Amino acid sequence: MQRRLSTWLLLAPAGLWFAVMLVLPLCFVLVFSFGQREAAGGYVPAFTFEQYANLPARWTAFRNTLTLAPLGTILSLLIAYPLAYFLAMRADPKWRTMLLILVIVPFWTSILIRSYAWIFILGGQGLPALVDWLGFGSIRLINTPFAVLTGIVYGYLPLMVLPVYVSLERLDKRLLEASADLGAPPLQSFLQITLPLSLPGVATGCMLVFILLMGEFLIPAMLGGGKVFFIGNALVDLFLQSRNWAFGAAVAVTLVAIMLVTVTLYMSLMRRLGGAREDVSLM
Amino acid sequence: MSDKIDHISRQKFMEELRRYQKGSVSRRHFLGVTGLGAAAAALGAAMPALLPRPAFAQANIGDRVILATWPNYHDPANFDAFAAETGAAVQMNVFGSNEEMLAKLQAGGSGWDVFIPTNYTISTYVEQDLIEPLDLSLIPNYDGVSFDQRFAGPGTIDGKVYAVPKNWGTTGFAVNTNNTGGTTPTTWKEFWDLTQTTFSGRTMVHDYQLTTIGNALKYFGYSFNSIDTAELADAEKLLMACKPHLFAISSDYQPSMRSGDAWMTICWTGDGKQMNRDMPEIVYVLGKEGGELWSDFYAIPKGAPHRDAAYALINFLLTPDINAKEVLFHGYPVADSRVNALLPPEVLNDPILYPAADLLSALEFGAAATLTDPNRAELMARFKSA
Repeated sequence: MQRRLSTWLLLAPAGLWFAVMLVLPLCFVLVFSFGQREAAGGYVPAFTFEQYANLPARWTAFRNTLTLAPLGTILSLLIAYPLAYFLAMRADPKWRTMLLILVIVPFWTSILIRSYAWIFILGGQGLPALVDWLGFGSIRLINTPFAVLTGIVYGYLPLMVLPVYVSLERLDKRLLEASADLGAPPLQSFLQITLPLSLPGVATGCMLVFILLMGEFLIPAMLGGGKVFFIGNALVDLFLQSRNWAFGAAVAVTLVAIMLVTVTLYMSLMRRLGGAREDVSLM
Repeated sequence: MSDKIDHISRQKFMEELRRYQKGSVSRRHFLGVTGLGAAAAALGAAMPALLPRPAFAQANIGDRVILATWPNYHDPANFDAFAAETGAAVQMNVFGSNEEMLAKLQAGGSGWDVFIPTNYTISTYVEQDLIEPLDLSLIPNYDGVSFDQRFAGPGTIDGKVYAVPKNWGTTGFAVNTNNTGGTTPTTWKEFWDLTQTTFSGRTMVHDYQLTTIGNALKYFGYSFNSIDTAELADAEKLLMACKPHLFAISSDYQPSMRSGDAWMTICWTGDGKQMNRDMPEIVYVLGKEGGELWSDFYAIPKGAPHRDAAYALINFLLTPDINAKEVLFHGYPVADSRVNALLPPEVLNDPILYPAADLLSALEFGAAATLTDPNRAELMARFKSA
């Protein structure tokens, strides 16, 4: 009995935090989404589906987010995996900590400042000037979807590298030795042992990056020149510019719903893959 | 002041500043230890304008004042002088649009003491009960008679003064003449036509529906303030046609104009002046068809946490010699004849700050309905997401 009480007491702060900081605001957003915009902006209580009916007006923003967020996640993974593999499997243990710190260092500065730096790197006097000087003609990088993807991969890479690194680092190296002893070439060992065993890290990394990307607004605004419009940008404009809180709330609720569906599907897929993984480790 | 302390290390200065901010040492101690007191005294003797004014020397107004304002809009030296004189440090929140300011105030708990609304927003703030009528006896440096009524008028609603004028300005466009082959465009029609032809990929427009839609309306000769659906549909067609040719939709256009990435942008007076000062090839143009004329104000939100400091700051910044320094810094004209009397003739004759009468008379003040019109907001969203 006493143990149950202490469990409850220990959980109380976290529970209270979630109730006040997560559940309550979400309830507000849900209630607002059925309301209407006041004439000068803001919110008037109402019960109408008007805002949800108007959702197609933000279709482009949803489409951009739903294509660039998965694309950014996959690109981050393709770049992060070899890096994490190198750090965990190949790097000299003497340097490993140092190299890991280097991966994290960018987090010490605000993403705003780092994105500003990219404006200059991708701007006319940055990389394009170099390309031009080398004789490859003039190219435009800044304010394109490419610039946004570059910023996304740059900004979110550490979030992908760390979980993948952890899963690779924990991998039982004796499995690889056994595989080699049994005559498997390196590629086969990788595909049958390393890759499946690192999947939990990959799954975590992809989830972290994807969820954050769905709400991203800063990188598209700064590196996309305001021309690459994410759902995050639509939300910022609805709340801070046109002050259409009701419509903004409806867009936010829809975004949360899309996320819930996507993440649930993703997790069940990963669970199925995880089941396969256990078979591998048993072998 | 003791003669022993004639130098203080940077670190020590910061420590003293922290202690002073936390209130663990007095202002007198802080000024003495850091030598700022002596510096202020020496400066004050040299420049009588910096001597403490009795209006604030007597009252304790607290140690800070929170100001919500626009980018590149104040001479930091004036804030230093204000802090040295009153003990209140100015903390700035910089904003990108009037809507954003309005949204923060509507949401409540902004914590601002002074903010800078533009003419067309003031009636909305009054209707929403977000600002308080000013107690002019606390702003003795505001002299209504010396202000041009065209620019001061919108601060008065139903006979009550809610806001006093800071400076005014225009919305035109800036163009880098290195890229025009010797001619300078003079109309909004040319602005939008160039964007779709030789300037493709080089034009910027504001991330602000009021000015971007307003100046697209001018292409057809419609009012900058139009909320007529047929006229807005024409503007939308033009904006959509121009969208693929734009370099960016952003109100932060100085960096791109200066680096040469962008060649032309919708532009406010002061930005035009600042760019032209450093790069004479960038010129500021008022479209012949018209465009926007505006006036910014100082106002105090309801429930300002440091109300005394708010009044003291407004009064300080409206002191003619301080205000003249502000003008020299930000490059926007003021409506106060006492300030203009202090400005050098090259400023008063500057066509960017004080445009020719015929160009000026074509301009319109933005209207409250223009800012809050839901159709314009949705048009802007369609334009940005297209």
